[in-house]
Amino acid sequence: MTTITKTFPIKGMHCASCVRVIEKSVGRIDGIESCNVNLATESATVKYDNEKVTKDAILAAVENAGYRAVIEEEVKSHAESKAEKLKELDFLKIKTGISLFLGGIILWGSFPGIMETAPGIFKNYILQFLIATVVQFWAGFEFYRSTINSIKHRQANMDTLVTVGTTVAYFYSVAVIFFPQIFKDLGVQIMPFFDTSTVIIGLILLGRFFEGRAKLSTSDAIGKLIGLQAKTARVIRGNVEINIPIDQVQVGDLIRVRPGEKIPVDGEIIEGESNVDESMVTGESIPTEKMKGDLVIGATINKSGSFVYKATKVGSDTMLSQIIKLVENAQGSKAPIQRLADIVSSYFVPIVIMLAIATFAIWYNFGPTPAFLYALLNSIATLIIACPCAMGLATPTAIMVATGKGAKNGILIKDAESLEIAGKINTVIFDKTGTLTNGKPVVTDIVTASKKPDEIIALAASLEKGSEHALAEAIIKEAENRDLRLFKVQGFKAVAGHGVEGEIKGRKLYLGNRKLMKKVNIDTTEVEETVSKLELEGKTVVMFAIDKELAGLIAIADTIKDSAKEGVERLNKMGIETVMVTGDNERTARAIADQIGIKRVLADVLPEGKVEELKNMQAEGKRVAMVGDGINDAPALAAADIGIAMGTGTDVAIEAADIALVNKNLNSVGGAIELSKKTMRNIRLNLFWAFGYNVVLIPVAMGAFYPFFKLLLSPVLASGAMAMSSVSVVANSLLLERSKI
Amino acid sequence: MNFTLDKLVVSILSIVGIAFTYWFFLLKNEKQAEAVDSIDIIVEGGYDPENIVIKKGKTTRISFLRKDPSSCLEEVVLGDFHIRKYLPLNKKVSIELKPVHEGEFPYRCGMNMYHGKIIVR
Repeated sequence: MTTITKTFPIKGMHCASCVRVIEKSVGRIDGIESCNVNLATESATVKYDNEKVTKDAILAAVENAGYRAVIEEEVKSHAESKAEKLKELDFLKIKTGISLFLGGIILWGSFPGIMETAPGIFKNYILQFLIATVVQFWAGFEFYRSTINSIKHRQANMDTLVTVGTTVAYFYSVAVIFFPQIFKDLGVQIMPFFDTSTVIIGLILLGRFFEGRAKLSTSDAIGKLIGLQAKTARVIRGNVEINIPIDQVQVGDLIRVRPGEKIPVDGEIIEGESNVDESMVTGESIPTEKMKGDLVIGATINKSGSFVYKATKVGSDTMLSQIIKLVENAQGSKAPIQRLADIVSSYFVPIVIMLAIATFAIWYNFGPTPAFLYALLNSIATLIIACPCAMGLATPTAIMVATGKGAKNGILIKDAESLEIAGKINTVIFDKTGTLTNGKPVVTDIVTASKKPDEIIALAASLEKGSEHALAEAIIKEAENRDLRLFKVQGFKAVAGHGVEGEIKGRKLYLGNRKLMKKVNIDTTEVEETVSKLELEGKTVVMFAIDKELAGLIAIADTIKDSAKEGVERLNKMGIETVMVTGDNERTARAIADQIGIKRVLADVLPEGKVEELKNMQAEGKRVAMVGDGINDAPALAAADIGIAMGTGTDVAIEAADIALVNKNLNSVGGAIELSKKTMRNIRLNLFWAFGYNVVLIPVAMGAFYPFFKLLLSPVLASGAMAMSSVSVVANSLLLERSKI
Repeated sequence: MNFTLDKLVVSILSIVGIAFTYWFFLLKNEKQAEAVDSIDIIVEGGYDPENIVIKKGKTTRISFLRKDPSSCLEEVVLGDFHIRKYLPLNKKVSIELKPVHEGEFPYRCGMNMYHGKIIVR
C-alpha cells in the first residue's frame, strides 16, 4: 500500500456547510484515510491509498457533492511538455488529413472547371451536405468550443473568425438546398458553398499543424540542453564505486570519470588528469586540459584520462541548469520591437469582425447582382483572410530561435531587450586585465641597484600577501618559484589605483605605481628611462621603495588571450570602435593595445573611473558595450548599454551583465552583435510580412480592388493564404538557426 | 440607386452589429481576484480569473490549467517576469512569483490575443 497526500483547490464553495458535505462525500470512497477541506483557502487535503483510489474517483465524489475539484497532474519537465504537444499534433494530423480529403471530394464535385470530371455522386447536394456536416462539427469542433469559451469571457481570437466565417457558409448552404424556393423567389442562384466551409477548415487545420511542428523546433535548444545531462554518476562510497541516478548525487560526493564518459555534475578534480570536451556547454571546440584543482562542468565529455573529482554543484545549481534557466528566461521576455504588434493584435479580431459586417452592408447596398452572394462571400473572405497569429508569432519565435542559437555557441543572452540593443552597439570597451589578457601576469624583469633580486621579491611578496590585485599574485608566485621565505607585515594598507604600503621589521615599504611614489614624495627621475623602456614593451612596472627611497623595479606582463586579436579585428571590420580601459599607464596600455589592434586607449583609469569614462562616451552619443569579467567590472557592465561578461568556469556572471560569453572567446563579442543584427532583421521581415499581409489582403478580401480591377478573393484562396502566412513567419524565424554568427 | 426596404434593414442591422461588437469585446469591465498564497487560473476561452492581485515581496504560486484545446491558448507569457510556458491540455503548470515592484503586469497567450493582468500591491 502506498499512501499519498494531495492538496488541490475546490471551486464553488461558499459556506462552512460546504466543507462538511465535501468531506463526507470524499470520505466515503474506499481507500481514503482522511479528507480535510479548508474554506479559507478553498482547498482539500486528501490522504489516500494510491493503489485503491483513483483521481477520477475523488473528482466524481466532489462533483456529486455539487462542487468541482481541480486535481490535474502537474507538468514539470520539458520532455513531458514536448510529448504532450506531439500527442496533440498527431491527432491534429489525422483530423487535417480527413478534412482535406472530404473537402477535396466536395470541391471536385462543385468547383467550376473541374466538376465536369467528377463522378455524379460527388455533385449530389445531399452527399455534400453530409460530408460538410462531418467536417464542420467534428473537425471544426475545436473552433466552436474555443469560440464559445472565448465569448463567455467577451474575448475573440482566430478561432472566432474561422467559426463565424465557416458557420455562415455552412448554414447558408444548408438553407439553399433545403429551402431552395425562398432563394429562387429572391432571385438568388441555388448554389451551396459546402466546398468553401470544408476546405477552409481543412486548410486552416493544415496551417495549424505546420505551425505547431515549426513552433516545436523553435524551442529545440532547451530540449537539446536538457538532453545533455548525464543520467547516472559513478560515486565512490567507502571503498566501492556505485552507479547512482544523477539526482541523488550530493555536494561533496567523490565521483570517478573514465575516458569517454560524461561528467555528471560540476566539481573540482582531486586526483588524475584528462582532456575534457566542453563544446556542448561553452561552445569552445578545442578540448581543455584538466588537472588536480581544476573545475569540471557537468554534461561535458571526458576524452582521454581518468580522474576522481568532488561534486561542488548539483541539481539546479550546476552550470548547465543555470544556462537552461537563463535561456528559458530570455525566451519568455519581451522585446521592445514587439510593442506595436502587441497593441495591434489585442484589438485585431474585434476590428476584423466589424470590418466583415461593414463589408456585407456595403456589398449588399452597392454591389452588383447578385448582391447578396457578393456580400456573403466577401464578408466570409474578410473574416478568413485576417491572420492575427502571424503578428503574434513574428517576434517571439525569432527570439526563441536566436537565444537558443546563442546558447549553442556559448553566448547567453539575458533577455529579448538585450538582444535587440546589442545590434545597435557602435563602441565596445574592453577591460584589459582578465578580459583581453589571461589575467595571470608573471614577473618578467627585476631591476635593482643595491639589493639582490631575491631580497626585493621576498619583501614585495610579503607586502602583497594581503592584496587581491592580479599583479600581487604574480609577485607572490615569483617568490614561490624562487622558494623565498616571507616576512610578517604590520600596518598593511592598500590604496586603490595606487598600490600597497606596510612595515616589515620597522622599515616602511611602498609598492605601487608612479602615483603612489608621488603621493609619498619619493623621487623617481633616476629610473624613468628604464621604466619607459619596459612600458614600451607592454609591461607594467611596479616601483618598490624602502623608507622613502626607491629600491627597485619589478616588471610584470600579462599574456594576451588567443582570441583577443581576432575578436578585435572582427569588430573593427564591422565598423565598431574598439576601446581598451585599464589602470595601467598610457605607455604600457598603448603597447598592448597595438599588439591586439585596438585603436583607442583609456589608460590610468581607476576602477571607479571606468563608469565615468563609459558615461562620457555615451554622452558623445555612442551606444556602448562593456566587456569585462563580470565581478570587478560589475558597475561598468551595468552602466553600459550592453554589459558583456566573460564567464569564468562554472560561474555564470550574467547577474550584472546582459550577455555572458561562457566560451570566454572574444570572437563572440562580434558574434553576439551579429546575432542581434540578424535577429532584428529577421523580426523586421516577419513583422513587415505579418502587417503587410493583413494591411494589403484584408482590403482585397473586402473587395477594395473590385471597382478598379474587378479583383475579388475567394474565401477558399483566403484560407490558403491565411494558413500559409503564420507558417511562413515561423519558417523564416527558423532560418536564423542556419545563419552564421 | 434605389434604396429599398431590405437595404435599409441590412444597413441598420450592420450598424447595430458593429456597435455591439465594439461594446461586447472592447468595452468590458475588468474583474479582479485576490491571491492568498496560491491561485489557480483556468485557461478556457480566456483566463479565469483574468486579473489577479498578489502581494509585493511575497512568493505566490500561480497555477495555470488549460482546459481549452485551442492552440491559441497553449502558451502563456508573463513578459515582465521573463516567463513563457507551454500549457499542455488538462495538466496543471505552476509558476512562482515574488514581485519586488508594485504595479500592473500584463500576461497573455503566446499570440497575444488573450490577456490578463497581475496586479502587485
